[in-house]
Amino acid sequence: MNPYLALLLFAGIAVALIYGLVLVSHWLNPQKSTNPAKEEAYECGIIPKGDARARVSVHYLLMALLFLIFDIEVVFLYPWAVAYRQLKLFGFVEMMVFIAILLIGYFYAWGKGVLDWK
Amino acid sequence: MNHPLLGFLTAAGIVFFGVLGAAAYLVLAERKLAGYFQERYGPNRVGPFGLLQPLADLIKLVFKEEVVFPQSNRWLYLLAPGIIAVMALLPLAVIPFAPHFAVTDINVALLYVLAAASLGTYGVLLGGWASNNKYSLIGGLRTANQMISYEIAMALALVGVVLMAGSLSLKDIVAAQQHLWYLIPQFLGFVVFLVSMFAETNRAPFDLPEAEAELVAGYHTEYSSMKFAMFFVGEYIHMVVAAALMTALYLGGWYGPWKPGFHWFALKMALVLYLMIWVRWTYPRFRFDQLMRFGWKVLIPLALVNLGITGLVLLR
Repeated sequence: MNPYLALLLFAGIAVALIYGLVLVSHWLNPQKSTNPAKEEAYECGIIPKGDARARVSVHYLLMALLFLIFDIEVVFLYPWAVAYRQLKLFGFVEMMVFIAILLIGYFYAWGKGVLDWK
Repeated sequence: MNHPLLGFLTAAGIVFFGVLGAAAYLVLAERKLAGYFQERYGPNRVGPFGLLQPLADLIKLVFKEEVVFPQSNRWLYLLAPGIIAVMALLPLAVIPFAPHFAVTDINVALLYVLAAASLGTYGVLLGGWASNNKYSLIGGLRTANQMISYEIAMALALVGVVLMAGSLSLKDIVAAQQHLWYLIPQFLGFVVFLVSMFAETNRAPFDLPEAEAELVAGYHTEYSSMKFAMFFVGEYIHMVVAAALMTALYLGGWYGPWKPGFHWFALKMALVLYLMIWVRWTYPRFRFDQLMRFGWKVLIPLALVNLGITGLVLLR
């Protein structure tokens, strides 16, 4: 059996199982309550003020950008690691240069205080 | 013609029931152990020693009233909890539990595991966003931020293992540890992986997502019934997967002093899970800025150092 087909089937079973359970629970549920207080956002009993989609700290975006860069680095590292025994010294030096370039950006972000939360 | 399909279905069935059962009993084990750590008994009313407690919990959760808020994004709200549980289940397809037992084996298994782990972040973020509740939104953002940050450290630590094994297939990685577990040559990477594992599974001391003192319950504040259960069970499946990964990658998988087999794998997994529970009931929670600083300024450089050292040593 093709392993990728197996993965797909496995994922299909997982989805069916999990959402099946949610659906079964939906059918077995008691009738909906009509109490309006139940349908309000829970904020410790205080009546919620305004919408939750307010603006959030820009730090989250900066972190996401840094994550993107590093994650791509990691994606490059994996094939390199698999082929490392054939690449030998050349591969090592090349990758160290690549990582060093990334580290410049990393230390720049560090110096700018992106990694510190206030 | 049906033979391979039958084999697959048997293996998948065993893995699904095994892991879901393990997750259910892990909840009980955690509550029991928490009880003993705090000098009380833990659940002991349902069945002998409380052994039927997971079943009672399941029945209760299935029949609980389901509340969907008019102000939430209905479809995203309904979709999110399942994403977490499904993405937690996906890596199980490639984990070799015994020498000749795995649902399937692909040559990029480790990459697949990491991909599934990062997709799990969507469940948290969508759940927090779709609820339209301030606590949920902040909890979801924090969790997503924590998970992506520690994912980098984890992935970088794992490169060391891949360097040594020269393969991404978990089966090959375990087979390469027949004589020496990677715990010893990859000790630095092991430590980084261990710490990131706690953060990835949102466990204490990194359980910021559900910092109940500040965020009520984080991203699942507005969830009830089976949808809450999916978040909950997702966390425990994540724990089982993390323990299995740690066993396969660093603790020699199914190898042991005597005959190799599933019993060694299960024993090591149980020890890792016990460690996770032990840590949860021993250490206080980090603050969010401490968590981010630790992840970015300590773990990532450590993982890179580990990578460099491993590369250098392998050169000779």
